[in-house]
Formats: sequence, C-alpha cells, structure tokens
Amino acid sequence: MPIDWKSYQPGEFHDELISSPGNPRKHARVLAKYLASLSQEELQHRKDSVDHAIKTMGISFTVYSEAGNIDRQWPFDLIPRIIPSKEWAITSKGLEQRLRALNCFIHDIYNDGHIFKDKVVPWDLIAESGNYRPQCQGMKPKHSVWAHICGTDLVRDANGRFYVLEDNLRVPSGVSYMLENRTVTKRVFPELFENYDIQPIGEYPDRLFDTLSSLSPRDVKHPQIVVLTPGIYNSAYFEHSFLAQQMGAELVQGSDLVVDQDKVYMKTIHGLERVDVIYRRIDDLFLDPECFNPDSALGVAGLMRAWLKGNVGLANAPGAGVADDKVIYTYVPKIIKYYLDEEPILPNVPSYLCVDPKQCDHVLKNLDKLVVKPANESGGYGMLIGPRASKREREDFAARIKANPRNYMAQPLVALSTAPILMDDGHVEPRHIDLRPFVLQGREFYVTPGGLTRVALVKGSYVVNSSQGGGSKDTWIVNEGSR
Amino acid sequence: MLSSVAERIYWLGRYLERVENTARLINVYSGMLLDLPRGTNIGWGTMIDIIGCNDDYEKISERFEEKPVVKFLLSDPRNPSSLMSGVTAMRENARTTREIIPAEAWELINNLYLHMKDNASRSGSRRGRQQLLETVVGECQRIFGLLTGSMNHNSSYAFIQLGRKIERADMTSRMVDVGSISLLPVFNRNTNQRLFLEPYENVVWMNVLRCLSGYQAYRQTVRSQVRGEDVVRFLLQDEEFPRAIGYCLNDLDKQLRFLPNPEEVLRAVARVKKITTEVDITKLLESGLLDFIDELQISIADIHEAISLAWFHPEEWRRIAGAD
Repeated sequence: MPIDWKSYQPGEFHDELISSPGNPRKHARVLAKYLASLSQEELQHRKDSVDHAIKTMGISFTVYSEAGNIDRQWPFDLIPRIIPSKEWAITSKGLEQRLRALNCFIHDIYNDGHIFKDKVVPWDLIAESGNYRPQCQGMKPKHSVWAHICGTDLVRDANGRFYVLEDNLRVPSGVSYMLENRTVTKRVFPELFENYDIQPIGEYPDRLFDTLSSLSPRDVKHPQIVVLTPGIYNSAYFEHSFLAQQMGAELVQGSDLVVDQDKVYMKTIHGLERVDVIYRRIDDLFLDPECFNPDSALGVAGLMRAWLKGNVGLANAPGAGVADDKVIYTYVPKIIKYYLDEEPILPNVPSYLCVDPKQCDHVLKNLDKLVVKPANESGGYGMLIGPRASKREREDFAARIKANPRNYMAQPLVALSTAPILMDDGHVEPRHIDLRPFVLQGREFYVTPGGLTRVALVKGSYVVNSSQGGGSKDTWIVNEGSR
Repeated sequence: MLSSVAERIYWLGRYLERVENTARLINVYSGMLLDLPRGTNIGWGTMIDIIGCNDDYEKISERFEEKPVVKFLLSDPRNPSSLMSGVTAMRENARTTREIIPAEAWELINNLYLHMKDNASRSGSRRGRQQLLETVVGECQRIFGLLTGSMNHNSSYAFIQLGRKIERADMTSRMVDVGSISLLPVFNRNTNQRLFLEPYENVVWMNVLRCLSGYQAYRQTVRSQVRGEDVVRFLLQDEEFPRAIGYCLNDLDKQLRFLPNPEEVLRAVARVKKITTEVDITKLLESGLLDFIDELQISIADIHEAISLAWFHPEEWRRIAGAD
C-alpha cells in the first residue's frame, strides 16, 4: 500500500506538513503528492538506500554505556521537514538578535558588570552558577565575542509558534548530522530537488572556517586552525572529524598540543608548529589541568595562560557557558532589551524560577503539569517531565528542588509540533520534533538556513536527544513558488 | 602533519598489509596441506608458529587441528593477530585518520569490516573459507589501489607505504621460515616413522612462492626449477619482485626521502640490507635458518623503532612536556 495521507492523524498538535487528515500544508503539497505516488516497494527501496548510504558513509554517533559496540548508526527518517523561507527569515533574525545580546551579556559579566549595577540581573545568580569561570575576569576576546558557535533549540507549540527552549553556548553538536542528512536526501530523493527551491546549507564549513580565522591573534594569511577533540570515545567524535576534514583543519587531541612560553604548539613530523585558533570540543573544566580539573588528561597544560595573554583564539571562549544556564535563560528577554534596546523577536517558553520562593511554591504544587530542568545539564539528562512521571519520581524530584532551588527551573510542557515519519511497514505516523539551528559569530554573523530537526522516534515521546533514542530529519527552507 | 596522525596512518598501512598477508597465508597453507602425505606432523600448529601467536593460542586450546586453529586465526577476538582483530584495528586507524585518507577508502575499509563481522565466524567450510579469504585479499588490494591512485604522494602516503613495506618484509621473512620446515625431519603419526620431507621440498617452496604471489615472478627471474636455495635468495635479495625483502628495502629508502630528517631511519634500513645481501645462503641452508631469521626480524623491528623516534615520539618533546 502506498502512503495514504487521509489516514494520517496529527491530532491536537501542530503538524509541520499535514494540517488535517488528507490536507497537506501549502508548502508540503508537492512532497506529499510525490510520496503518495510511490509504491510500497519503491518506498522500501528508498529506505534501504538510506540505510545503506548511512552505513557506508559511516555516519555514526557514540553511546558511552554500550561497551564493545561503541559506534551506532545515525537514525534518520527520510521524509524531510519543510519550513517556508518567509517564516524562516523572521526566525533567523530572532536568533541573530538573541546571540548578539547574549555575547554582550557574557562580555559584561567578565568585564564591567553594568547589568548587575543596574540591577537587571542579580549578580548572585552568576556567582553561584556552575558555569561561571572567575579565571576569565578582565579578558577581552577579539570582537568581544565569547560564544562563537551556538546551537539554539527551538520548538513550536500547538499554534505553530516558534519558542526558544534553550541556548547551547558551550560545545553544541549536531551540525555535521544536519549536513549529512542533506547529502543522504540528495542521494535518495534527487527528483524532489527539481521541484523545490531549497536553500543550500553546504557552506557551513566555509563559514565556520572564516569565523575561526577571524579569531587568530597573528595577522597571517593562513592562520593555523585546529579542532580539539576528547577522542574517539566521545559521542560527537564523528562530528569533530567531519568538521576538521571539511575545513581542512587539523583534528587534534590534548596530547598533540604543548604550551611553551605561553604559546600553543602542535607536535608534527616537522617538529613543533604554532597554533593560532582552537575550535575546542571539550568542556571548560577539562581544558587545562593547570587551571581547572588537575586530573584532566584531555586538555593542555598552560592553555589558559596562552589564551589570557591573547596568544591563541579559543572557540567557544572558556566561561561562555555561564549564559546558557537554564536559570539565566529566564532573563534573556530582559538581557535583549538591556543591551540592544529591542523587543525580543523569538519568545522564551514561560518559566518559573525555583530560587524565587513564590515561584518555587507554584512549581512544587504543579509538578504534574510542568517540566523541571536542572540549570547546568545538557543532553536532556536529569530532567523531570511531570505529566509523564510517576508519583514517586515527582516526590523524589520535589525533595531535590527543595534541597537546591537555585539549580532548578520549570516550564509548562510545550505541546511540541509533529512531522510524519515513515514506519517499517510503509505507513506514516506523526512524531514530535524540535529544531536546532546553528549560529556563528566572529567578525561576521551567520545563521544556518534551517538546522538539525530532531525526532522523538518513540510514539508520544517528547525526548528527541540522540543519546536517548531520538532520530533526525533533513530540514528544508523552501523559497515560495515551486519551480 | 601531526605526529599522532602519522603514527596512525603508518599503522593503517601495516594492518592493511598484515590482513592481506594473513589471508593469503591461511589460504595457501590450507592448499599445501592437501599436497603433503596424510598424517604428517606439519599440521595446523605450524600455522600458529608462523603467525607467532602460540602463547595466545595455548591459553584457549591444546588441539592443533584445522577447525579450532582456523577459527582462532580468522575470527577470534582474543587473538590480536586474527584477521578479524586486524580488520578491526585497521578500521580504528582509518576512523581516526578520516581527515587524511580519501572518503572512498574509508567506505571500502568500513565495508570490509562489516563484511568480516557478518561472515568471519560463519566460514567453517573450506569452500566458504576460501571465498572469504579471497574477498579479503581482493578488498585489501582495492583499498591500496585507491590510496595509490587518489592520495597525494606526499608524507601521508609515505607513512602508509613505510608501514606497508615494513610489515611485508617481516611477513616475507616468516615465509622463508615456513619453507625451511621442509628441511627438518618430521614424525608421521600413521606409520610411527621418522620421515624426511625432502621429496616434498619442492611442493613446500612452491607453495611459499604462491602464497606471496611470486611463483610466476620467480620463474621469470630465476629460470630454473624451484629449489630452496634459489627461492631464499630470491625472497631475500631480489630488487624487482615487490614482495622480496630487497625490493621492500629499496622502496623504504625511496619513501623516506619524502620525510623530514630521515637520516637515522635510512641507517636502520641500510643495516637490514647489509644482513640480507652479505649472508652466504648455501651455508645458511646447511646450518639452519633459525638464528638468521631472528636476527633479520630484529633488524626489521629496529627500523620501526627508528621511525617512531624520528617522527612519532621524539625525545625532545618528552623534555618540553616534562619542563612544563
């Protein structure tokens, strides 16, 4: 049986492609019609081609717990998600605005602290944040930018409006999957690219290279750029290697680098060579055993000294993560107004801060309706989805909140939008999705057209993280008027 | 080029060559046993000797019979010299040098790994085994072909070739060792008599040559029947046959000139060359090869040490890191 869109039930959620059973949205009509025109065998054949392409291209991610078989194939659904370009243009502006303001904020934190003197954000929140690095006080990185590469998580609610769910300013991953998803789709559905005017995303590695080059302390034509990875056992190792390859940069581990006289060098077969910019994909606390975790074997002794003296560019800058704390998140609309004197284009999901006794009381009373998140975790770990949790889990969480209210914030459960995925037997079902666009900021700004759409592959689930059973889709920003 | 990358790409070359040679060896050895009188004591245990994994084997079995030995050599993850371990190590080294090697090469290596994973433990029958081994040899050749045809012939390529030629020289020295077993008396279990394999000497040497794809080349170069002395000379000293140690050494010499400051390594290569060219082969065959092969293999290992000191782990860096 070919796909029958009449039997597709998006229910009360906003579906990205199908507005009601049998009715594709305007931008999805050509796609829906095309998919329905394929026989089940043909669809199965495409699905097999996807699996084959992913296997041979070696697109994988790594899961820590699965010893012995550390590499997993990347789960990918072949039906693309489509966003009209007009709508995207606004979203893209909103992202640029948000990141501009966040970078002003981080620079202010580590320098003059105006925003605290003006009592817009309480200093205590920063001082208590697990991501605040006092070692960075007084540092003035190039272009006054700290978070050069960001992955902002967006969700749509039941009305189809985009909200910012979280800002990832430390070492966000996923961009390689965004790029590879497009490559796979092109291999499997080349016909579709003739009928849609899809904005290309392939220039990301070039843009990343330019952004990193603009951080070079030396004024040389070809600054030496390296990608610093914790190694092949990191879940994002595939991405580190992919980006290094695409940029023509060296992929290094801490043991490849050495600091001598406050300058960073890499060990090569020609001897030691000076390094100008490090795109580091390891956490702050592992960067430099002299300065942070003394047991870290991943970092480079003396790296912070070299950076603080301005002898090497680090992206993202140490300490940038202070602004993606989930408690600071609730202040971002105020932060935008304070630094840019503009109204936020992209809204936050309404949030309750447990550090405020009144709001905390509300959270504790409504745990069955709220999602509670710890301030510093990422990857979807350590959070409570109230409506889906057992009574015991909620009581457990209530105790944790009371013990450390600063560490928690809560949000109503956003009814995430859905998109159709192709099931094994060839029919389609809605699954919840989010979107992670990537934003670059150095001398210039760049927002990816679209981003990585992550899918909760389990029916009804809201958890899209790849480490917890999520998959992904190609994301198309489509210019109006099909070719 | 990063030293750590150079080291991994060097090992990629070594594992590729090792996997190919091991597959050839198992295949030819199976064929040779069919040519020898039944019950001869040169059995599958000799195979374990050649590959040099006695200690690992003795940990898991005392039976030197076809099935367990072949399984151990093909698919046992506990055997670091098994084909499966070799392919896995090759893939790990390729996976961590993906920014250097051509994307298609990675795809081929990954495919070979997946193929081995699916088939290695299921190749019990002789026919199935032969098919698998031929696939492995063919794929290794394809991968090398692709690397040769699409990589820049610069330092990264030089490191692959260094790994490949050192591994090959080492394997050829082991093969000379195999041939020499035909010179020793063996015990026949069926007749309870000592038996000299001399009548089968030709068979053994011929199979050694086949194993190295060198039978034709030998015939063209030596132009005489297959005799132990000539075969040993051919395998040690020939400079045209790509699997002869003489050729490998010349190629090492050539590749080393692509790399910065190769003097110490060149000296190590010259020492091996001296050993292989100055030996009196007639005398050697009379007195036994054992000591000579040991000396040869140690000198080949010294080339590896010299490479490691020159480019992977120079003394000086330990000093800087220590001073910090």
